[in-house]
Amino acid sequence: MQITPTLGLLLALSFIVSLLALTALIWAIANKQVHTPDQDDARSIFEPGEGAEIDSPARPHHFDTARSGIDKSSSGPVMWLIGMGVFWLIYGSIHGLAASLELHLPDLMSGSAHMTFGRMRTVHLNSVIYGWSSQAGLAAIFWIIPRIFHTPLRLGWLVNLGTLIWNIGVAAGVLAIANGWTDGLEWLEIPWQIDIALAIGAACFVAPLIATTRAREVHHIYVSGWYFLAAVLWFPMLFIIANIPGLHWGVEQATMNWWFAHNVLGLWLTPLGVGTAYYFIPKIIGKPIYSYAVSLVGFWALALFYSQVGIHHLIGGPIPTWLVTLSVVHSIMMFVPVIAVAINQHVTVARNLWALKASMPLRFISFGAVMYTLASFQGSIEALRSVNTITHFTQYTIGHAHLGAYAFVSLVLFGAIYQIVPRATGKYFPFPRLIAWHFWLVVVGFAVYFFSLTIGGVLQGLAMLDASKPFADSVTLLKPYLEGRSLGGGLMTLGHILLAVNLIALAFSKRTRDLETEKMVAAQ
Amino acid sequence: MNRYLPLVIVSLAILSFATLLLVIIPGMQIAKSGASPGLKPYTVAEARGRAVYVSMGCLYCHSQQPRDEAQAPDGERGWGRASVSGDYAYDTPHQLGTMRTGPDLMNIGDRLPSQGWQLTHLYQPRAIASWSIMPAYPYLFAHKAKADPGDVVVKLPPAYAPKTGVIVAKQDALDLVSYLQGMKHDYAPPTDGLRDDGYELMAAQQHNNDAAKASK
Repeated sequence: MQITPTLGLLLALSFIVSLLALTALIWAIANKQVHTPDQDDARSIFEPGEGAEIDSPARPHHFDTARSGIDKSSSGPVMWLIGMGVFWLIYGSIHGLAASLELHLPDLMSGSAHMTFGRMRTVHLNSVIYGWSSQAGLAAIFWIIPRIFHTPLRLGWLVNLGTLIWNIGVAAGVLAIANGWTDGLEWLEIPWQIDIALAIGAACFVAPLIATTRAREVHHIYVSGWYFLAAVLWFPMLFIIANIPGLHWGVEQATMNWWFAHNVLGLWLTPLGVGTAYYFIPKIIGKPIYSYAVSLVGFWALALFYSQVGIHHLIGGPIPTWLVTLSVVHSIMMFVPVIAVAINQHVTVARNLWALKASMPLRFISFGAVMYTLASFQGSIEALRSVNTITHFTQYTIGHAHLGAYAFVSLVLFGAIYQIVPRATGKYFPFPRLIAWHFWLVVVGFAVYFFSLTIGGVLQGLAMLDASKPFADSVTLLKPYLEGRSLGGGLMTLGHILLAVNLIALAFSKRTRDLETEKMVAAQ
Repeated sequence: MNRYLPLVIVSLAILSFATLLLVIIPGMQIAKSGASPGLKPYTVAEARGRAVYVSMGCLYCHSQQPRDEAQAPDGERGWGRASVSGDYAYDTPHQLGTMRTGPDLMNIGDRLPSQGWQLTHLYQPRAIASWSIMPAYPYLFAHKAKADPGDVVVKLPPAYAPKTGVIVAKQDALDLVSYLQGMKHDYAPPTDGLRDDGYELMAAQQHNNDAAKASK
């Protein structure tokens, strides 16, 4: 089928609308038609007089979170979210490792249907996305939002209730999948009946954020707030539309599937990671981010372009040509927001490299931020038809997915946990050296994982495109790379266990110092 | 940016715009093009078998969307013609897939129609192909001392056969094989069938350029 004039027009329309919106924004900024966030706004996360020294538990920045009781209001809900998130991280890692082993040792676990690859892999994905990264990201949101709004968290009890309902939903969901009850769509496997619990849980998270936002005592919404406040509404909208039973069918269901799945990455996990990095990088270093006005372009360009990239998962498939082209074009446009974020975050770190030595959390977070840039560049290039024809349907895609969801989002969240927990509990981590071990295990493990799948995936794709080679070749050549992936995954899992050990030991340890709140109140 | 309401309204409007373009308009276009003539609805056994396919997660290694010859040699591998949207009119959940750890299955019923082959392969893929990394599904089968009347006995090479007794297929295995046997899309596709023709257009462009060069 040739592209019909109507559809070609539609395609052009979407692109032009996005481009015009972006141009209008840049024009408005250049001509001061909107209030452009400036460096004073960028400093709104600091107290006046706060200097350029590292924000460590021993020498906390005297932000007014202490006096106003902000830490106290959010500590409980945040610690529950972190605890449950790390539980699902371990649970999901073990399932991921098992699924990886099954691909090169296929008879290892074939005794029970629960443990077959198709279910193990799916339990892994749902555990780490909905159990780990969503909850750890929410923990970062509930820690950061009250701090940038200079007001205590409102409706904290509702957050705790939401955490309870959400975890019941995730647990029921992965049990259903392990037992063969699934909705059968990638990223949407949890049965819609159980999804109702997750939707209610999400509503319990949104209401306190709105209440806290309305009670804010600052004139400016800091950039992390834009990402968080938009993402917590984007996710429920995506999740509910995607899960309405009986509404989606056939190939339309496939386009809906990838509209949803890629937006969970782009409009949920990415804002969590980017927003968290935008707060902690300058906060830990003690200097505002490099070019605050650029962050406005970065945010809106992300919303405009990322929301339409999902159909690149169906390139060469049985869907209209214009739709594929639309997503390919928007995938390339993703260079705009990614470069905007890169300028702000990497330049801030690059001018303060000393801080990477002084702060382990910063090391996790800025490593993750760099991985965001790389994952996005890779994703844009992967969407080109000429590249996609090789990498689509291969392990290369799995490597890319882990570069984004793991090396970027998870690493940023690890850093956030190490930064938040001592402040929320008033305790130091009992085994500080394990933090460095955690970092190197996951970085080295991930490098092994990523390069195995990337090289193996390209070879697999080239073999499948070569008609003179039997399909079997694409399977046999992959074996050493699949073993490499298990090795890398094993190291990453080990790193996660060290995090859990440190958290559990911390839970049972005595307080080693006063809470910031108490110290500040006593000082007054 | 200092105000909450405008932030939220514009953010949600952008996502609604994306939903319109990625879900609603394609949905209308696909619905209008309808089912391919020649496509039959699933039989009861096939539908049950499809549910087993979904529940075991076959999707995560097998695609169901042969590509066009301008893009990939799927046709030469015997995976069938490039599929169009109408070929999936009875599918929910869709199982288009994103991985080819194993081969495409859109036309597996055409390629490997034998029930015996499929049952042996499901019981132990390595009994047929030593290089295979597909999971074995022994729990879809029962080990019996002696086959009862009506039982379908699975043929196995000695290395994989039990020492005593026989392996027979449970209902789930028989249904799954019915589904796989029914996977035949050998009818002619509708001429206006929807699919991504990007690679064909690129190939045609290339062809024209080459022709123009040759004529110079």
